[in-house]
Order: sequence, then structure tokens, then C-alpha cells
Amino acid sequence: MEKMVIKDSGYTLKKARILKIKKLTEYERLFEIELKNGERLDHEPGQFMMVSLLGIGEVPISICSSPAQHDSFEICVRAVGKVTRALHALKPGSEIAVRGPYGKGFPMRMLEGNDLLIVAGGLGLAPLRSLITYVIDNRRDFGNVHILFGCKEPKDMLFSDELDHWNERMDLHYACTVDRADPDWSGNIGVITTLIPGVDIMPARTFAAIVGPPVMYNFVIKELLIKEIPENQIYLSFERHMKCGNGKCGRCQIQNLYCCQDGPVFNYQQIKNLSEAF
Amino acid sequence: MQYVILKKERFNDFIAGLSGLRKLVAPVPVGFNNFAFQEVTTGDKIALKYIPTILPAKKYFLPQRETLLDFNTSKGADAEAVVEYENLTLFGLHTCDIAGIQCLNMVLSERPRDYNYLLRKSRITIIGLECNEYCDEYANCHLVNASFPGGGYDLFFTDLGDCFIVHVNTHAGDEIVAATGCLEKAGASHLNALKVLRDAKKVIFNNEVPIERRHVPELFDRSFRFRVWKELEERCLACGNCTNVCPTCYCFDIRDEVDLTFKKGTRYRVWYSCQLEPFAKVAGGINFRKDRSARQRHRYYRKFSYPVEKFSRFFCTGCGRCTRTCMAGISLKETLNELIKESEDRLWKRWL
Repeated sequence: MEKMVIKDSGYTLKKARILKIKKLTEYERLFEIELKNGERLDHEPGQFMMVSLLGIGEVPISICSSPAQHDSFEICVRAVGKVTRALHALKPGSEIAVRGPYGKGFPMRMLEGNDLLIVAGGLGLAPLRSLITYVIDNRRDFGNVHILFGCKEPKDMLFSDELDHWNERMDLHYACTVDRADPDWSGNIGVITTLIPGVDIMPARTFAAIVGPPVMYNFVIKELLIKEIPENQIYLSFERHMKCGNGKCGRCQIQNLYCCQDGPVFNYQQIKNLSEAF
Repeated sequence: MQYVILKKERFNDFIAGLSGLRKLVAPVPVGFNNFAFQEVTTGDKIALKYIPTILPAKKYFLPQRETLLDFNTSKGADAEAVVEYENLTLFGLHTCDIAGIQCLNMVLSERPRDYNYLLRKSRITIIGLECNEYCDEYANCHLVNASFPGGGYDLFFTDLGDCFIVHVNTHAGDEIVAATGCLEKAGASHLNALKVLRDAKKVIFNNEVPIERRHVPELFDRSFRFRVWKELEERCLACGNCTNVCPTCYCFDIRDEVDLTFKKGTRYRVWYSCQLEPFAKVAGGINFRKDRSARQRHRYYRKFSYPVEKFSRFFCTGCGRCTRTCMAGISLKETLNELIKESEDRLWKRWL
């Protein structure tokens, strides 16, 4: 067997450097990363990166910063497996390798000029933060914006200083709930679907963006349909374990669709009949 | 169309000449009723009558293990993308295996292209060999329209008794004809003999499953929730043999390996199977195809339904390997028969 070096194979990596690491919760950290060649990532909200620690492995992680942030990008990582735990052990200044961005993100051109209902469950806030910060950066291009966030316990809240900021802004409607409260909690208690009936929207001009754990989708979509948001105005992003990102390895396949290339953001109308999706 | 012939007494000369050009691989017998593609240098080693080999020729196009990156972390994250390749001639591929390679070509040349595959493929010459009759009872090549040659080869051999008639399909095929110097121009009698043989084949090869080819996708449109899948679940051992031996299964896992310095290493891909339990598992433990029924169904849909929508062809080539290799005796033809039966039963119930 002979071996040949090629410039671009689809697995070629770009060098990157960790600029900052911020502890968000016990298990989640925010990494600010810059590409070493000074390139812009130029991603869409909802797209993901393949992040490599050479010798340990490669994982797909969604980008959680706004595309308007040019010099660097951010990823929010939960330490849950081999690679993510090793990522947590790194210090600022460490060199890593990445490829991407991959996949289809939220259709920003379609969303512009409309109202948005953003529903985030737990770590689902990470990819949606890219959308939310993009919307805030371009606030005049969007109508009313509602952000609903739910997580298990108050200590699981990601980006808590930003959540406070969103809460204080007059041009956003923000509401959050926790499944289980602690003694200091004074907000809503209950699953995320309890927030939906109270939201004041005009369904015809509202686009919904949902990201959360798999169990959340059926219940949230049911509530959104009760609210009469049209099916083709609901977008959701799926979590699968992409290995190649090129639509080949089969790991992220949902029936006939490859989550890494056809998604991870899907239009609900397009996938509502795929029973493997929910 | 250009046809040449190779007299049987010159077969060994041809193979010797061919193996002199570059590494030559052909089916050889390996134990009772088993065959494998292996390197050969002489014609007498080659099995000209053989049932599909244990592994299909995909092992040369998508090796079981293949390096994607070489890296060195002593100064940072240095990595270069590599392609492993080999100049090869494959001799004696049946039409089912050639169809399998055509399927892989479609998937891996679809954007984003898989350059590792495409580069390797460009170094491989394919010589086909016609099946004049069925290899055994497990084949269903006629159902998926792979029992007759349909392109995808450089040369194609058909046994006419005292000689082979050879179809020269590409420039690379032409070069082999010129370089080996054993082949002669085919006469009208040879072409006629080929026509007679093909006509006879049309009688021998018949739908192995009682359904017309064009109705197969509709059958799968109806059968997502059939109880046939539940019945498979009770038998399937989730070993992944069926996907390993399938000529069109290409799913893989990507892994890293470091040497003893802990600095240098490789990132490589290995065959992986949708039949194995962790295949569709994500971090945190959720498994999107937890049940064996869902995994078996996924395998069948990836042969008879999803690729038909995307590439307008079946990704089953009818070679029968999955059935031959299954330890639990799950038979592809039997499953199709049961799907047809359940579909009819449900139709009757609607009328009654």
C-alpha cells in the first residue's frame, strides 16, 4: 500500500487556538477559539464544527457565537465523553484542530422581517445562542422576539449573565423555567411547555426555532401547533453523533437524511413523518 | 463495442502477463465452498466457477482500515491528510460485485466528495466475469437487475466453453489487451455464441422473489411498521456480519491511535455497522436505534428504499452474502417474501 499526502481530503484540519475558557456550570465550559491562519469562520447560526484533539478523537460541536463575531468563535462543551473531558482539561493558549463549519443552519434570510419564538431546553441553548446573538446584533431586521428557556435546576443555567441581560432588554421577551427549584429560586417551575401557552404571538408571522433534548420536541411542537404556528415555520435542530460531517459515515442518519449534511436544522414540515427523528 | 477472445489454452499466459503489469487479485478457493479475493500470479490458482467471495471487492476500494491523517503533536496540532492507494487489477468480478462498486462510486463521488476513495479507485482496473447460471440459492441478482453486465468494468469475460469472449469497455481495457498480447479479434460465431448464451440466461435468471422489480420501492413505502421487523429482532444477534460482507455497505467509524511516543499517530477509519448497538448512540447515552428491529429495518431500507430515492438504484446487488453469512439464518429473500405476505394480508384486511 502506498501513501500520498493530499491538500484537501475532507478530513483536512485547520489549526486553531483556545483564547479563553469560561466555566459555565459544573459540566459545561465555554471556549473561545481563533483559527490560526486568521481566517474567518463565516458560519450560519445552527451549524457545527468538528473539533479534534489529535490522538484522542474528534467530536461534532455546535457553534454558539454570533456570525457577526469575526475574529473568533465560541463553542459550549459539556464534559460527557473522552474528547470533551480532555477539552475541559486544556488551558487557554492550547492549540487544537478543527474542520467545518458543517451542515445547514437556521434559514436567516427567511427569518428576517418576522417574529421569532425561540425555545431552548438545557444545552440546546448553546446552538440557539448563535441565533439569539445574531438577532441581537441585527435587532432591527427582526420583529418581536420571544426566548423561552428551560433547564433541570437553577444551577444548570448556561450563560446566566447573558440570560439576565436578555431579561432586562426591552426589545426581547424572555422567560425561563426550571424543572426543580432550589430555595433561592423565585422564577417559574415546571417543564418548558408550561411557558408556551402564555406567550403572546401572531402565529402567521412567527417562526419558531427549537433545540433541546430529544424528549422535548414532541411536547413543544404539540404546543406550538396548538398556538397555530404553521408547520413550515417551525425549525428544529437534531443531535446525532456525526463522525465524518461529509454525509458518508452513516452515524447521523435519520432514515433517508444525513443529519450532518441535510441538517442539523430541519424544517418541521419536511421531517414530521420521519418516525426515527422523534 | 469491441469484442476479443481468449482461447482457454492461453488463459494461464494471459494471467501471467496480467500479473506482470501490476498486482493482480482474483477469486481463489479458501476451504470448503468458500472463496476470497487474493493476490495471484498464475491462472491455475484462480477459481473460475465460484460463489461470491467471503468479502466483496469493496475491501480494495474501502479498506477495512484506512489512514486519513498522520499527525504529530510535539509542536502543536500538526496533521496532514493522506490517501492510501495501490495499483491493482481485479480479475473475475461477478456482475453483482461490479454493481456494488458502481453503488459505492455514486455515494462517494457525491459532494462533498470522498477523495480517499476516488483516488484509490482511479488506480484499480476491473475485469468482470459473467455468471452463466446462478451461483447458489441465496442470490437474488435478477430482482435487483444485476444478473447481466451493466458497465462499471474495463474488461468483461464470458465463458463460451473453449474460449472466453471479452468485452473491451475502456481505454484501460484496451491497454491490457495490447500489453498481454494473448487476445484475438472475435469472429461472428463468437458474437453469436454470446447472444445464444445471454438468451439462455434470460430464462435461467428469473425473479427470485414474487414481486416485480418496479414494485419493490412501494412495498418498502408501506412496510415501515410491519411486524416482520419485530420478528427479525427476535432472531438477529446484532453481530454486524451482514453489513461487513455487503458490497454496498460503506458506513465507518473514525478513530485515533498514537504510537509509544504519545506524540505521533494516525487518524483512521474502519468499517462499522448499523447493526451494532452503539452505532446511533450519542453522548449522554440516548440511542436512536436501540432495538434490533429498528437496526435490521434500517439495513433493508438502506438497500431497497433510501438509495432508490436518492440515486435511482437499489443498493442490494443480489449477491446473497448477507444470507450466507448470517449466524441466525436471517435470509434476505425470506424477509422480502414475508414483507410481501404481510402487505397482502393487510390489503385483504382492509377489504374484508
